[in-house]
Amino acid sequence: MPRARVLIRPKEGILDPQGKAVERALPALGFEGIEHVRVGRVVELEIDEPGRLGELCEKLLANPLIEDYEIEQLDGAG
Amino acid sequence: MRWGIVQFPGSCDERDALHACERTGAEARLLWHEERDLGGIDAVVVPGGFSYGDYLRAGAIARFSPAMEAVGEFAAAGGPVLGICNGFQVLCEAGLLPGALLLNENLRFTCRQVDLVEESSIDAFAPEKGGQSIKPRLSIPAKHGEGRYYAPGAVLDALEANGQVAYRYAPGQNPNGSARDIAGVRNEAGNVVGLMPHPEHAVDPLTGSTDGLRVFEAVAKGRG
Repeated sequence: MPRARVLIRPKEGILDPQGKAVERALPALGFEGIEHVRVGRVVELEIDEPGRLGELCEKLLANPLIEDYEIEQLDGAG
Repeated sequence: MRWGIVQFPGSCDERDALHACERTGAEARLLWHEERDLGGIDAVVVPGGFSYGDYLRAGAIARFSPAMEAVGEFAAAGGPVLGICNGFQVLCEAGLLPGALLLNENLRFTCRQVDLVEESSIDAFAPEKGGQSIKPRLSIPAKHGEGRYYAPGAVLDALEANGQVAYRYAPGQNPNGSARDIAGVRNEAGNVVGLMPHPEHAVDPLTGSTDGLRVFEAVAKGRG
């Protein structure tokens, strides 16, 4: 069955406190020069109708009011 | 008056909501999330908790339950619906209320008593304050990790203009970074109301405040 990966992240301009927390922790570990950290999530799935991925994202996987999503279609061989 | 309180797997405040409804003098019963038939009730509570484990996003999965489909139809027909905390998140996810609830700005789960300003009420005439009109304040507990109300600026402006901001945190008491201190909103028709704080936990003098009863009574009267 075709495989897909959906990347979901907070929309630009929406405060992402998780990203900020990660960003603030980095200098203590010696990682300098890192900014604009955003934390999102990844959903991997197999779908026999990849044409419905957009609808799936709009209705459930993402909340379009607060999140952007990107669909990556992976090879169908897996 | 008969209330129905939707119970999802992971709900945890449905019994307090039931008790609160009964304290207003109404009857109340639980509605299992798989029930498609609301059984002739007059008003609905979508209670607090962690429906379906809050997987994906708080409220995202609960909105697809049979009971929520029925609640959607009930709301569309003008039936009074009150969403509390997770219930507010469910109503937003279902598109029955505008906006969304995000992680608290400070990333902490907050649990404390807050004062809410009842934006919707007809301003009370207060002779002791020199005759000024003042909006009533309610003392109600808030307990949540994802309660930061968000809507795009234009939507917030429209909510204010239409009188859809139902409850605001009193100045300086916003516990989560909500836009414009918004603690609760209503839909355009006014019959669907959602708020993050928990009026069902403020219904008995034993626990310090009975202000929560006002919220149930207001929603029952269709002016939450």
